[in-house]
Amino acid sequence: MRTRMTRAAALGAVALLALGACASNGGGDGAADVDAGDFPEGSTMARLADAGSIKIGTKFDQPLFGLVGPNGVPEGFDVEIGKLVAGELGIDEGDIEWIETVSSVREDSIANGTVDIIVATYTINDTRKEKVSFAGPYYLAGQSLLTLKTNTDIQGVDDIGGMKICTASGSTPEQNLLENYPDAEVVPFGQYSDCLEPLRNNQVHAISTDNVILAGFAAEHDDLEVRGEQFTEEPYGIGLAKDDTDFRNFINDVLEKIFEDGRWVEAWEATAGTVLPTPEPPTIDRY
Amino acid sequence: MIDVFLDNGPAYLAGFRMTLALTAVAGVASLVFGTILAALRVAPLRPLRVLATGYVELLRNTPLTLVFFGMVLVAPQFGIIPPIGFWTAIICLTLYTSAFVCEALRSGINSVGVGQAEAARAIGLTFGQSLALVIFPQAVRTVIPPLINVIIALAKNTSVAAGFAVVELVATGRRLGQAIPGEAVTILGGIAILYLLFTIPAGLFATRIEQKVAFAR
Repeated sequence: MRTRMTRAAALGAVALLALGACASNGGGDGAADVDAGDFPEGSTMARLADAGSIKIGTKFDQPLFGLVGPNGVPEGFDVEIGKLVAGELGIDEGDIEWIETVSSVREDSIANGTVDIIVATYTINDTRKEKVSFAGPYYLAGQSLLTLKTNTDIQGVDDIGGMKICTASGSTPEQNLLENYPDAEVVPFGQYSDCLEPLRNNQVHAISTDNVILAGFAAEHDDLEVRGEQFTEEPYGIGLAKDDTDFRNFINDVLEKIFEDGRWVEAWEATAGTVLPTPEPPTIDRY
Repeated sequence: MIDVFLDNGPAYLAGFRMTLALTAVAGVASLVFGTILAALRVAPLRPLRVLATGYVELLRNTPLTLVFFGMVLVAPQFGIIPPIGFWTAIICLTLYTSAFVCEALRSGINSVGVGQAEAARAIGLTFGQSLALVIFPQAVRTVIPPLINVIIALAKNTSVAAGFAVVELVATGRRLGQAIPGEAVTILGGIAILYLLFTIPAGLFATRIEQKVAFAR
């Protein structure tokens, strides 16, 4: 207990130092030197740049992508992407208002203006496109496998025949396993986290769902490891008000810019990249 | 709408069969274990009574989901690793349901006049003999309806196993709901009908048995 307290105190001190460093930078290097006049009059970009602040929705409980730590500030890849987009509007990190958007409220949060954009492991699909517009994708997630580090039998999805694969009952990954990998024995639990103990006790051989969720488990538990290439594609996009085409094009331009100049890779490696391999930047879908 | 059922007949049937199997196996095991518990609760030895009472109060007042979590997450910490899926579910359902079976039987035992037990002892029967030959046969007759209630509750409780690696009716419904978007109500309706297909006849059966074994006291 004492060591943990000491560690927490040390972390806190480091965080304070880091904050101090940012402050002394005078605005930091995140925000680009732009003002409202640089954007077409009446556009969302002009409005946000003029206000000097933005409301970004993200997850608060998704390790590596959007997770709020003890200091109350969300951290992760989604958060970094949000900061980069805000920066291109000339908005400082400190002027971003982070709002928790759990999966079920994302469309409504955009529709009623609770948030300006959403960066929250938000998979682009046709049903959602009817309610919101998507910029991106900025990352392609996909179904993968998590095993014990000591497991040598499963190196990828080709090795799961005859193996017990744990997943969530009634989920898309379960559906995919049943349809496309009939040789694997699917063991469905209520939630993905229920699979961890059976995996440790060798009652199942692997857990399968989106690599992002698996990477979160791997980051929290030293004895677990994400195995093999992902075998489905879930494109993560930035959600914004439906049919705000100017704003969507702007965000797409920002994404292409950060793909090129290395800031995207930098953001990845500082967050999710600590557990997951660094992918090639995806291709923007300007639908 | 009917297509949903026809197209997924085999899935529904497999789920229904699993629910029935859970109910049958856990039901028989609960009746046996519950009877033993009831005997312990009226045993002449105090420690046995205390043990059985403690067990019944603990299991009867714990949510079934927690019993499952205990078996899946906690028991392995103590080296107890039951086979995952069907048998874990059977163990949990039996541990839980036997507490209710015990209480139903005990109420039946209490309803048998104390003179019966005294008379049995007076003619030289042992405790076991008087319980098995005199008290239980009379007790069981009066508790058939509550016992059938316990079994009906068990049939519905098997749905908790859906969250613990058993693909019974509810888990089947979840799967179908994921595979056929927008038909959730129809799919769940089908699941409900299959439960009723078992529970309503069980209730009618209880009424008939009750009439058959009824006796005037």
